Amino acid sequence: MTSNIVEIDNLSFGYGGRLLHKGINMAFPKRKVVAIMGGSGSGKTTLLRLIGGQIKPTKGEVRVDGHVVHEQSRDGIYKLRRTMGMLFQHGALFTDLSVFDNVAFPMRELTDLPESMIRDLVLLKLNAVGLRGAHKFMPTELSGGMARRVALARAVALDPNIIMYDEPFAGLDPISMGVVCGLIRSLNDALGATSIIVSHDVKETFLIADYVYFVANGEVTAEGSPEDLMQSTLPFVHQFVHGEKDGPVPFHYAAPDYRAQLLG
Amino acid sequence: MINIIINKISRFLSGIGHRMIARVWRLGAGARLFILAIIYSGESFKRFHLTLREIYFTGVMSLLIIIVSAFFVGMVLALQGYNTLQKYGSSEAIGVLVALALVRELGPVVTALLFAGRAGTAITAEIGLMKTTEQLSAMEMMAVNPIARVVAPRFWAGVISMPILAALFSMVGVLGGYLVAVPLIGVDEGAFWSQMQANVDVRADIINGVIKSVVFGVACTMIALFEGFDAPPTAEGVSHATTRTVVISSLTVLGLDFVLTSFMLVV
Repeated sequence: MTSNIVEIDNLSFGYGGRLLHKGINMAFPKRKVVAIMGGSGSGKTTLLRLIGGQIKPTKGEVRVDGHVVHEQSRDGIYKLRRTMGMLFQHGALFTDLSVFDNVAFPMRELTDLPESMIRDLVLLKLNAVGLRGAHKFMPTELSGGMARRVALARAVALDPNIIMYDEPFAGLDPISMGVVCGLIRSLNDALGATSIIVSHDVKETFLIADYVYFVANGEVTAEGSPEDLMQSTLPFVHQFVHGEKDGPVPFHYAAPDYRAQLLG
Repeated sequence: MINIIINKISRFLSGIGHRMIARVWRLGAGARLFILAIIYSGESFKRFHLTLREIYFTGVMSLLIIIVSAFFVGMVLALQGYNTLQKYGSSEAIGVLVALALVRELGPVVTALLFAGRAGTAITAEIGLMKTTEQLSAMEMMAVNPIARVVAPRFWAGVISMPILAALFSMVGVLGGYLVAVPLIGVDEGAFWSQMQANVDVRADIINGVIKSVVFGVACTMIALFEGFDAPPTAEGVSHATTRTVVISSLTVLGLDFVLTSFMLVV
């Protein structure tokens, strides 16, 4: 039995003939926090959607707990998704439901638990993210960091085996960033789950990840522990990790000659 | 020179082709959503509170605009009707005219047009924004089918609300017509009501009006739902989708009204 809960084999995916991923291989071991890093538009979020079965690969396959995702029927995919939780970039909270009802949503929809038990479970989950006191608020009354934490409580509402995070640190202030960062690690360890983080925030991701994949130009350009990657001499990884303006990823988007364009 | 002209013609024709393909694709996608909404309707009835909540938002919240509009439409009908009928000495028939115009045509049609503007746009904007803010994706990722949870309850809410709103429109319209015709103009009250009672047929007039409003309910709600679902996930995309809901719903209602009226008069 493999110790990887998610495996990506020779995966290619593209839109309209243009390949975004070209033969990607990744493995996500159980109980680990694995990060996928890369620049904007490198297809990191698309990888999460491929794992969740929201889109089908052009070539290759994604296996979740041994099941090839794109070969599953709709019911099969839904069965797999019940073992997953996902934190969307902006939380994706249901704006017509209160914080309490947002966290209760998956429980009410997917289980037959009595309302009294749902209440206790929701308060437990909200307490874990420090927002039990905000359970009556509406999503519009929350700050960005609070919304992200509520979404996190909702993502782990049914104690998933796999938790996926899409840019969990984007747009957060340093305090919220630290809180979310700590929560991802502690929830992963407490639930015995596997976390897949898609991010381009080097400092926070390296702090909690056990293993990191770097994706660029549709391929895995580097992989390893955060410590190894910090020391990496690979030009792309070095530029990314140290936030250098120019390098293998040029500062200027491809354009015609500057002088020629200005003068003519 | 000839090459340039050929290129322009070819681009023009290919543009028409692309637009036609896009229209046919949207029609197919809309039909698919309709079928899926029917297939996944079980949840809407099993957990009727979901549908009830939507009936409140689409139906109850549309009441004010429906009632006020109906009142004025009824009053104008009575004024215009009286103006014409009195020339032929049959001003007592004003009650029949108001009732038939409302029950057969204006009730279902104007209600549907107002519904498209009030509830249809709200449905499109809500679903479009749910898509833009990834709420629908979040639902999908939680293994909750958005068609069963979001589309089907709204669909049935629209289908249930429309005939009730149309009936209310006709009732309030008749009341508006009565207030103008009887207390204001001085038409005989007995003649107003008795002629209406004698000449409005339940099957030919009222049932046909109800059938129309159910069909309009299906069309308007489905168009609003599809436009929201199909909206590009941007502010501009949602705004265009909302506009399209009003335009397409209005034209569909008017077109369907002609088709249904033709069938009803023949059968």
